[in-house]
Amino acid sequence: MDIRRDQDCLEISELDPFLAELLRQIPESTNTEGAEGAKERIFSAPAATSEREICAEWKLYVEPELQRLFQTATETVASDLQQLNGSTKPFANCTLRIPRKNSEAWLSALNQARLVIAAKYNFTEGELCDHYRSPIGSRRDLGLFQVNFYGFLQEFILNELEKE
Amino acid sequence: MYSSSSVETPEIGQETRTAEELDLPWQVIVHNDPVNLMSYVTMVFQKVFALPREKAEKHMLEVHEQGRSVLWSGMRERGELYVQQLHGYLLLATLERTN
Repeated sequence: MDIRRDQDCLEISELDPFLAELLRQIPESTNTEGAEGAKERIFSAPAATSEREICAEWKLYVEPELQRLFQTATETVASDLQQLNGSTKPFANCTLRIPRKNSEAWLSALNQARLVIAAKYNFTEGELCDHYRSPIGSRRDLGLFQVNFYGFLQEFILNELEKE
Repeated sequence: MYSSSSVETPEIGQETRTAEELDLPWQVIVHNDPVNLMSYVTMVFQKVFALPREKAEKHMLEVHEQGRSVLWSGMRERGELYVQQLHGYLLLATLERTN
């Protein structure tokens, strides 16, 4: 896999089918349905539970707005990921171009996905810092790999944004 | 000419107000989260609070090492807006009374 800046795009080329599939899974990975812990993390409380007024107003007015914000970012990423569905050869390496203007949406969707996966599998801080863990022997291991891979992409996007 | 004898003695009353009535300052606190990247948290602090990089990094390290950092204090309404922005970036942030 090669990742570089190309004019108004971030280009990820030489994407093998496995990594391409992990990228395709970003939108789905942000889904908190059926995972209460993940939902609680994505929509965390704005204040202590004793601050009833703040918490009640937040649920009513702010949470739906945040939900829309996250949804919009995920939809943008899903739309960019359509590029990965065009290959005629099923096991060929492919290229993904992320328009510069969509960088913020990617940062958000990658972050949502990382937080949801980490909450679903209840990863410890030690596990999250262990970047050299291998091999992938279970769905949980794959989840950890996903969190780290998405984190790597986030880091790259952040570096590129910083250069501007 | 000013004469002290012409000044009436003011009545001194007692007033009790709750913290809410006085709108005492509130604090925006960011809590540690093992998932969010350090570079990402720094970028968010720079964006939301218009902090220079060095100061944003200082707060980020405080969150990382001490579990929390006070990013801002002031009136509630503004604080709520900051917390909303931070939640928009998926940071763990809360609004707390200063006392």
